[in-house]
Amino acid sequence: MTNTAVVARRLAVGYGGRAVLSGIDAYLKAGGSTALVGSNGSGKSTLLKTLAGLLPPVSGALEIMGGAVTEMSHKVAYLSQFHPNGFVLPLCAVDVVRMARYDQRGRWARRSQTDDAIVAESMDMMKISNLGDIPLRDLSGGQQQRVYLAQVLARRAGLLLLDEPTAGLDAPGRAAYTEAMVFERERGAAIVTATHDVAEASTCDRVLLVAGRIVADGPPAIVMTPENLLETFGIGLTKVGDHLVVTEHHHDH
Amino acid sequence: MIDPFLNNGFMQRALFAGILVSLTCAVVGTYVVLRGMAFIGDALAHGVLPGVAMATILGLPTMLGAAVGAVVMIGGVGLITARSKLSNDTAIGLLFIGLLALGVVLVSSSDSLTGDLEAILFGQFLGVDATDLLVQTIALLAVCAISLYSARPFLLLCFDIDLVRTMGYKAQWYHRLMLLMIAATVVVSFQTVGSLLVFGMLLAPAGVGALLARRIGSMMLWAAGTGVLSTYFGLLASYHFSWAAGASVVLTAVAIFFLTLVFVSVRKSLTSASA
Repeated sequence: MTNTAVVARRLAVGYGGRAVLSGIDAYLKAGGSTALVGSNGSGKSTLLKTLAGLLPPVSGALEIMGGAVTEMSHKVAYLSQFHPNGFVLPLCAVDVVRMARYDQRGRWARRSQTDDAIVAESMDMMKISNLGDIPLRDLSGGQQQRVYLAQVLARRAGLLLLDEPTAGLDAPGRAAYTEAMVFERERGAAIVTATHDVAEASTCDRVLLVAGRIVADGPPAIVMTPENLLETFGIGLTKVGDHLVVTEHHHDH
Repeated sequence: MIDPFLNNGFMQRALFAGILVSLTCAVVGTYVVLRGMAFIGDALAHGVLPGVAMATILGLPTMLGAAVGAVVMIGGVGLITARSKLSNDTAIGLLFIGLLALGVVLVSSSDSLTGDLEAILFGQFLGVDATDLLVQTIALLAVCAISLYSARPFLLLCFDIDLVRTMGYKAQWYHRLMLLMIAATVVVSFQTVGSLLVFGMLLAPAGVGALLARRIGSMMLWAAGTGVLSTYFGLLASYHFSWAAGASVVLTAVAIFFLTLVFVSVRKSLTSASA
């Protein structure tokens, strides 16, 4: 596994040639975890989509797992924020997790024992082994989210790009997620999460505060200061334990 | 129950054609239902009308005209959405109504075509010949081959288009292949069940499958079974009551869908009550 997961130089990301987040210089190493923190529309999800190869960069240079984004899809796992068909499709939970292994074998090849073992292990990590044969549409939103996370784990990817991964998860679900991320990092995977969850961001090595540009970049203890949070969210916030507390309203940043 | 099929060659051919249409529509309709592509399916079913009308006027094979109509529809939707900020369904709606209106104008301007309009819209189930059956068989084999080859990217397309891309598949390519498959099904089936009713065979049996199945493969099997049953009982009703054959088959399929919906709803209520 390469030691570098993401290298971005003067990267700008956006839609249709219009940048929504620019000035990104990042070097993310294997086994590291990075949280993208910012308000709605700050460009977090757009950056994740660009890293996943779903959007072309507006400008700048981007390298994923030592190569071009388009050539490294098999080394990347992406969790999108929305799954509109979750309540429609006739698919059992285990089938959704198995999808993660599609590009790891030939078009006509059947599932290997390794594939089955990885799928079982991933479902076990998210504590959904008992839900395998239940149709996805019969599961609650939180249970579905665990299935999607198990799918990401089953990719055994070098770079995990997770958009609001803890959305809808209950306390046991969050605990399972945290444990799974420890496992992934020990395995050598780099993790990038877009989140509003301060507790989740605090567990990462590094936090990028974004607001159309990179406001601050560094370890959470150093980066998440009231000044930086004011600049990021437009209101005064102070981190108290695992929560952000509003201290002052300020919209002129 | 079986005498009409044993004693009449035209009923045997109609049954065979209906089974072929049912199997083709079961596979393609599953994707139409799961991807929410009913509107483009409906538009394609109507959009072939001017092509068929023009081919008839020019003395060309009607299937060729239908194919041109379908290509214009698919290409037009792509062009409008690429060149404007209009949504996909607006583009489909505009072309749908435009091509339908053009078809009606063409048919109404030709005395010789007026009588054919009913056949174009509602098919000639009882008039299928060996060539129709051969074409329908080839279409079924092609649809099955494409679905097998593209099984994984097609399933991913139904689930999440972003996942298709991040897995390294060419999402747009497979989306177009799926559209082509829908268009081909409409084009080869319109002579049997008609351009309007083929849409019913795409949706109703697959809808039954969606209600009952827990996996995509079993959804296709439920859809195929529903389609074949609808063909059999629809043709039987048509024979005994002198109803239009294509409409009888589609009506049976839609009736089975609503009966299944009631069954599933009652079962769910009973399960909830006992839990």
